[in-house]
Amino acid sequence: MRPFKYSKTSEASKAVSIVSGSPKAQFLAGGTNILDLMKEDVERPDQLVDITRLQINQVTTLASVGGKAGVKLGALGKNTEAANHPLVRQQFPVLSQAILAGASAQIRNMATNGGNLNQRTRCPYFYEVSMPCNKREPGSGCSALKGINRMHAIFGWSENCVAVHPSDMCVALAALDAKVEVQGAKGKRSIDFKDYHRLPGDQPEKDNTLEHGELITAIDLPGNSFNKSYYLKIRDRASYAFALVSVAALLETNGSTIRRASIALGGVAHKPWRAYEAEKFLAGKSATAENFRQAAELEMKQAKTLAHNEFKIELGVRAIVQALNQALES
Amino acid sequence: MREETIDPELTADERRLLEDLLHDENDDFSAAGLQRRNFLKQVMAAGGGVLALQLAGENNLLAQAVPASPSAVPPGTINTVKLSLKVNGVVRSLTLDSRMTLLDALREKLALTGAKKGCDHGQCGACTVLVDGQRVLSCLTLAAGCEAKSVTTIEGLAKSGKLHPVQASFLKNDGFQCGYCTPGQICSAVALLKEAKNGEASYVTKDLRTKGPVQLSPEEIRERMSGNICRCGAYPNIVAAIREVHEGKDAAQAWSFVEQTNHSS
Ligand SMILES: Cc1cc2nc3c(=O)[nH]c(=O)nc-3n(C[C@H](O)[C@H](O)[C@H](O)COP(=O)(O)OP(=O)(O)OC[C@H]3O[C@@H](n4cnc5c(N)ncnc54)[C@H](O)[C@@H]3O)c2cc1C
Ligand code: FES
Ligand code: FES
Repeated sequence: MRPFKYSKTSEASKAVSIVSGSPKAQFLAGGTNILDLMKEDVERPDQLVDITRLQINQVTTLASVGGKAGVKLGALGKNTEAANHPLVRQQFPVLSQAILAGASAQIRNMATNGGNLNQRTRCPYFYEVSMPCNKREPGSGCSALKGINRMHAIFGWSENCVAVHPSDMCVALAALDAKVEVQGAKGKRSIDFKDYHRLPGDQPEKDNTLEHGELITAIDLPGNSFNKSYYLKIRDRASYAFALVSVAALLETNGSTIRRASIALGGVAHKPWRAYEAEKFLAGKSATAENFRQAAELEMKQAKTLAHNEFKIELGVRAIVQALNQALES
Repeated sequence: MREETIDPELTADERRLLEDLLHDENDDFSAAGLQRRNFLKQVMAAGGGVLALQLAGENNLLAQAVPASPSAVPPGTINTVKLSLKVNGVVRSLTLDSRMTLLDALREKLALTGAKKGCDHGQCGACTVLVDGQRVLSCLTLAAGCEAKSVTTIEGLAKSGKLHPVQASFLKNDGFQCGYCTPGQICSAVALLKEAKNGEASYVTKDLRTKGPVQLSPEEIRERMSGNICRCGAYPNIVAAIREVHEGKDAAQAWSFVEQTNHSS
């Protein structure tokens, strides 16, 4: 690991001003991603500002917008606390499930809600510093495009990058239309979740729309009227592995009719992928296996596969159907 | 010539060994000046690594990692951090490089070698310890961030000479083979039992909306222990050991020593 200066602060504005003012400084939250990447020499900060002592770590009720109260997750709260908080378990069980499907108990005890959003891809070429990777070293090329790309994207990729976003939590947040609250040197702003992470385009080095030095302070979950939900994760082993495909499915039903669906997919794109085609198809239809299958096929028809990940299409169809079925039973 | 090119921070033993190993053609790189932190790497490059260390009768050298005083500034430290933390109930003061992980601090500075370095990347759980009562991975925790925290390692679980119930149950149920993963497994299991009591859910918990303690089925235990890999595959016995403590009843010991071995056939 390269040498770096370590400092800690309990003031958000101080953390922001240090990192904003220094191009190679970074925030240190749970450390489960950045320290790993520093050991691999992928991340090379010259300064880490430890933000774990910031007091923005609580789960609180969010004032209601049009009827239903939502929940605010402090950015420095731990993944374990978010998943187990009664407000989240009662109102947003799909988020609890998604968090609990990720990593291990030890890692979830360390990982923070903000850090989870900013974790970087697990593409092996990104990790291997001797190989070209546009995300790590812009302009060097994408080794995965013609390399081993079984784990890689089938939606929204570009010739420059076929990596996927690895988070489970973020898939549920995408389906829940969360908002990311951030504080920067120029002030505060709120980013819709769908606009938070980026597609690679010609700037795959940018995972999200945050500016250098901007701090995530909270993640807001607006109240909603979904009454059924499920998070399904398909992976190479039963637990403690990243998703091949995952699905966060939310349904608002009236009897056997689907009023509205919200579906997001993980493991398939550079950002959590909202299945808008499937959602549109399901609105107003009855909740039958046939409709679920058609919705899933409609969505997966948009996919563009690479040499080794064609299996993700059929897997994706089946995963969407199963997630919808399990949501219905919830 | 060599006297002045070798970093004065090297110990006498290190210097002697390096001189044995360096060939004339390596004078060039020694002229660049050696940092102590590069020392072992150079030894490896110069000739046969650990084998050479042993041949040269210098194996004591590797044991020097534990300094007499953990609060002295170690040679080669670049960004010095000073901190105090509680380890197994005792306040310890440390002076270390900002890069040092909690795992390395425990093992190299405090001589607590129970927590193991399996992967150093968060993938195996061998380094699991409890920080403020929570199970965490010490290999992905910066020691510098542990100021005023309370760390419990496998060495701190037994109380007044009596094994922690989870330790006793691992012994009784034969919850290991080589034992490398065991300190991490046991620390993890100790925390797991508390988490279940507190009603914390897992991915396989059926209904997230119900509250109260979780009854640990084998499926629940497997999911909750999935962050601890055992390359010996002692999983069935690990699950049995945890179950026994969770259920609070003494299961029959699953194994016994063979009293007499008869090789006469
Ligand atoms: C072995 C292993 C398996 C894993 N498996 C999974 C899995 O199956 N599913 C899954 O979803 N995840 C998985 N993870 C990833 C884990 O969830 C992330 O590493 C974790 O969520 C990152 O959070 P952190 O607080 O530790 O972030 P850090 O490592 O501290 O930071 C990550 C990045 O975010 C930045 N950052 C942190 N907080 C903020 C903030 N408030 N504002 C702005 N920037 C910030 C940091 O500067 C850094 O760049 C796994 C990790 C490991 C090591
Ligand atoms: S050594 Fe920490 S998880 Fe493997
Ligand atoms: S007992 Fe050998 S690794 Fe688990």
